[in-house]
Amino acid sequence: MASDIRIKAKLTVDTAEVKTLMKHNMETGTRKDKKTGETVPAHYITEVKCELNGKLVMTANWGPAVSKNPYFAFTVKGAKSGDVLKVSWVDNKGGSSSAETTLS
Amino acid sequence: MKLNRRTFMKGAAAVTALMAAPRALLAWPEKAFKAGSSEEVMQALFGGTSVTESDSIVLNAPDIAENGRVVPISVSSSLDGVENISVIVVENPSPLAASFDLGPGATADVSTRIKMGKTSNVIAVVKADGKLYSAQKEVKVTIGGCGG
Repeated sequence: MASDIRIKAKLTVDTAEVKTLMKHNMETGTRKDKKTGETVPAHYITEVKCELNGKLVMTANWGPAVSKNPYFAFTVKGAKSGDVLKVSWVDNKGGSSSAETTLS
Repeated sequence: MKLNRRTFMKGAAAVTALMAAPRALLAWPEKAFKAGSSEEVMQALFGGTSVTESDSIVLNAPDIAENGRVVPISVSSSLDGVENISVIVVENPSPLAASFDLGPGATADVSTRIKMGKTSNVIAVVKADGKLYSAQKEVKVTIGGCGG
C-alpha cells in the first residue's frame, strides 16, 4: 500500500528537503490493553530506507521509542529535478510499505 | 510429480534460506535496541563508550515536553564525514530511540518524533570520520497529560 507513507519534498538548487509521515501504530510491547489487561505485543517499524534514483541515501534504524505515526525529515544533497525519491519501511512483524515521489 | 524425502528437504532448505535472507540483509542492531542502559547502547552500537562533547552538533529538543509520547527531536551537525547519528534517551527502558546511517548524499540533519517515559537527558551521538561526538539536553516530561 503506497498510501501509508506521505512524502513531501522541497528542492532548492541541489538540496532536497524531505519530510515523511508514516502510518504505523509503533506499539512498544509494554502497554496493556485496558479492557483485557493483556500486554499488547510489540509492533513497530525497525528500518526505514531512503533511496534517490535507486541509490541508498539513508537508513533509519528505529526502536519502539519512535512515536506513533512516525515523522521523519532529512535532507539530500546532489538532487535534481526529475530524480526519484523512494522511502520504504519494514516492521518487526515483517510488514512493509513503500512510496516514491519525483522531485520537481 | 514424485516427491521423495530428498527433494522435499532441498525445497524446504531453499525456502528457509529465502526467509532468512531478508533479516540478514537488514542488519538491524537488535542488541543496541534491546540494551538497558546508555553505556550498553554505546558498546553495542559503536563498540566503545568514549565520546567527545562537541559544539558542532545541534540537538533540538523542547525544554519541557507536555506529552511524552510525542517529543520532537532534531539533530544536525557541521562535522565532516558524518556516518551515523543516534538518539539516546537515558531514562527510557530501552535508551536507544533511533539510529540513522547516512550514505553518500545525505546531509547530517535529521528530525523525528520520539516517546519519553519521564524527564531524561537526551543524547545525540554523531559518528564522523570514525570518531564519536555527542551533545545532550535535558527534556522535562510532564506526566499525566491532563494539563496537570
